[in-house]
Amino acid sequence: MTTITSIAPAEGTAGAGSTSVRTSRHRGLLRWLFVVPALAYMALFFGYPLVRNIVMSFQHYTPKTYFTGEAPFNGLDNWRAVFANELFTDALWHTALFTVGSLLGQFTIGLALAVFFSRRFRLSGVIRAVLLLPWLVPMVVSAVVWRRILDQEHGMLNTALHAVGLVPADGVPWLSSPGVALFSAILVNIWIGIPFNMVILYGGLQEIPRDLYEAAALDGSGAWRTFRSITLPMLRPVITVVLVLGFMSTVKILDLILALTSGGPADSTQTLGTVTYQLSFLQLDFGQGAVVGNVLILISAVFAVLYLRANRADFGKGK
Amino acid sequence: MNRLRFRSAWNTTAALLILAVLLFPVYWMLNTALQPEASIAATQWFPTAPSLRNFDTAISSQGGSLLTSFAVALGAVVVCLALAAPAAYGLAQFGLRGGQGIVFGTLITQMVPGIVIANALYSAYAELGLVNSYLGLVLADASLGLPFAIVLLRAFMVSIPAEVVEAAMVDGANRFTAFVRIVLPMSRNALITAGLFTFLFAWSDFMFALTLNTTDDVKPITLGIYQFVGAHVSDWGAVMATAVLSAVPAAILLVVAQKYIAAGITGGSVK
Repeated sequence: MTTITSIAPAEGTAGAGSTSVRTSRHRGLLRWLFVVPALAYMALFFGYPLVRNIVMSFQHYTPKTYFTGEAPFNGLDNWRAVFANELFTDALWHTALFTVGSLLGQFTIGLALAVFFSRRFRLSGVIRAVLLLPWLVPMVVSAVVWRRILDQEHGMLNTALHAVGLVPADGVPWLSSPGVALFSAILVNIWIGIPFNMVILYGGLQEIPRDLYEAAALDGSGAWRTFRSITLPMLRPVITVVLVLGFMSTVKILDLILALTSGGPADSTQTLGTVTYQLSFLQLDFGQGAVVGNVLILISAVFAVLYLRANRADFGKGK
Repeated sequence: MNRLRFRSAWNTTAALLILAVLLFPVYWMLNTALQPEASIAATQWFPTAPSLRNFDTAISSQGGSLLTSFAVALGAVVVCLALAAPAAYGLAQFGLRGGQGIVFGTLITQMVPGIVIANALYSAYAELGLVNSYLGLVLADASLGLPFAIVLLRAFMVSIPAEVVEAAMVDGANRFTAFVRIVLPMSRNALITAGLFTFLFAWSDFMFALTLNTTDDVKPITLGIYQFVGAHVSDWGAVMATAVLSAVPAAILLVVAQKYIAAGITGGSVK
């Protein structure tokens, strides 16, 4: 709304007898007015947090800070405390397992489904669309549903597995045993991520020219050989994008784990995301929370670079 | 011909089987919600005597949160589109110096972990008095859709011929009026898609709802169901009914914007 009021008089004065150079410079500035609000917003909601988080990691925050407004700088204290904290080391390890396990599962199943749905058959489009539902439902909601399914005593999974004789009567402690909970969380996250992988990979498969396959068929290439020699190499840029985007959304996951296990049992599902939350918002030590957040950013940044390199060709086109 | 048809039927059957396996949790959510006795004991495989009683419980205890989510998500859509539409147009049509860099930066923002934003935002919000406020949550949630909306709208607006807008400006409209009267109506479909996605992102948000609220004054449904399941694990029927209600926007989006969803998932990142 402010743009309307600021544009109208400005154009009026520009039209009223200024030199053409000034007018065009004016016009150039006016054009920027379209972009500036969004830029300002992004600076506030993405840029500011990035900078603030770095500063905060060198400050001593306590609940008192919110009454007094004082957060004295304390050098590397937060960093030392976090790196000495066993929970952080564990979380780092859990995050690695959770991320790699999730990506492997999501990607393999997603790719298999993408290849399968590339065949032409009735209802293919409709079924593909409905398969997206798990990705669209709020993650917390999915996690809550799974929490019910994976319940040790009354969960449907144990009931079904017991009925076919795969597990004993007391069932598998999917979410209540420290040795199994992370595995269960990975399982649920694979389920959530399959549609995302399937859709992007399916899109990539559609871009591969048909005649390559026809040529391969003429050369007598079998299905597996064609897949390895044509599909995978042609799909490589898309695969990179899928994996990097998947990595960046998985490494920071919070809602799924909080709603599924709250990081438990015995901290066995704590990841960098949940530890950041716990340090900042439960222990109210925002300085230490910021340290873990910065580690998270650092890891993301490394993969962002990979992602940008994978995308360089696209940016070069100038679109 | 017959063999082809047979293969197609076989593939369809296999696809339906895959669908059944992958969507089982969704079925289980509905199934449990329809069984009022589903409380603590095992749930029946089929809702043989379906009842909407769980939904009554869900609405009476979580109805307020559903409304809050609706209001917040709608607010986020307004903020997001108001910022994204002019920006996308500027980036698509004005050939601004550094425009390329801005598009690039927009893509980069999607890589900032949400918890990092929440971490810094909370202290800023505390200073500004925006904790526990609708405005605070709306502004934060708008950030979830903004990069996507800019990229999507820009991709659409690139193809609007500059002459259309110039013609309007010759007739005396200034650039902004021309934008509102000509460009926005032409971009209706892209605006609807961007809006629907922003709505869904905001509706699904849990992180900001959890971290930027310390009281129950502003409690969206994601936070509601999280607390509900913590406090009432014994009433799974009602929890699942709430889950069903909170999944409704996703289902609607799936039907309404089906063909744009693939584009939405990639979020303008692949192309």
